[in-house]
Amino acid sequence: RRCAGSAGPERGSRGGIAMDLFGDLRRMNKRQLYYQVLNFAMIVSSALMIWKGLIVVTGSESPIVVVLSGSMEPAFHRGDLLFLTNFHDDPIRAGEIVVFKVEGRDIPIVHRVIKVHEKGNGNIKFLTKGDNNEVDDRGLYKEGQNWLEKKDVVGRARGFLPYVGMVTIIMNDYPKFKYALLAVMGAYVLLKRES
Amino acid sequence: RKNVEDFTGPRERSDLGFVTFDITADILNGKNGLQTFCNENTLSIFDWNVKQLFLYLSAEYSTKNNALNQVVLWDKIMLRGDNPRLSLKDMKSKYFFFDDGNGLKGNRNITLTLSWNVVPNAGILPLVTGSGHVSVPFPDTYETTKSY
Repeated sequence: RRCAGSAGPERGSRGGIAMDLFGDLRRMNKRQLYYQVLNFAMIVSSALMIWKGLIVVTGSESPIVVVLSGSMEPAFHRGDLLFLTNFHDDPIRAGEIVVFKVEGRDIPIVHRVIKVHEKGNGNIKFLTKGDNNEVDDRGLYKEGQNWLEKKDVVGRARGFLPYVGMVTIIMNDYPKFKYALLAVMGAYVLLKRES
Repeated sequence: RKNVEDFTGPRERSDLGFVTFDITADILNGKNGLQTFCNENTLSIFDWNVKQLFLYLSAEYSTKNNALNQVVLWDKIMLRGDNPRLSLKDMKSKYFFFDDGNGLKGNRNITLTLSWNVVPNAGILPLVTGSGHVSVPFPDTYETTKSY
């Protein structure tokens, strides 16, 4: 298969690598550009499929979460990654670490269950508290809400990896970093050649 | 045990229980169930991947209102390096033992169990229940004097 551009002796001329990149770009014809874009689209689709697959397998709408606060120290620190499952038949029991969302708020909270009251028909209400907090979470719940229910649960923490989630936090706090990263990734994918 | 307004949240009158307890425990690594070595290192649960244990004493019981109730009365964080042998006497519960309703009065069967959450340096987060538990009955009447 013939590559449309040359990979050889023109390097080393004035301007070095940047000139080469632009050279490559100009020399790429339409077909190659489409090919590169399709390649990129395949990578993105595969990633999305894996993510959706995880959502199905774990039963949780957000199977991987990043710890955002220090309220569960010294077990979990800001930036740790948690892996969740949310099987329907899993009962909620005292001592479990659950990730929940307060009605009307987007931010998931990772705390421990300290009280459970379950009725015969399966109706459960429970109370949570962060290990590192002095008081329980009633101050975090909605106005007038005293208990959490199964529907508030995003998942139960089953496993964890330290530090890995820091990347997400940095990207959130410093959007410039996020754009720079995306630009670099985009440039790499579009210009990567299979020769 | 008293019947007071649950001042920690819901404003109905609920039973509030008072429990004092002793805890003696050896937190060992019961992975195989067999301990063939009488060696401090092999027996301790704190291996290279255990960062800490989150211990908690929970009371489990049934009431007319709720088929299953669990209330955490006390907890403790045990870090790698701490002594895995616990010998605590005359402890009072850290958290208020409120029932959801009036189910503590005359309840003969409150089971206290010690469990712990193993927090690894990285990996799975298991919840382990200690073997051995204690059953506590609550009296049939309320107390009118302060017992704490």
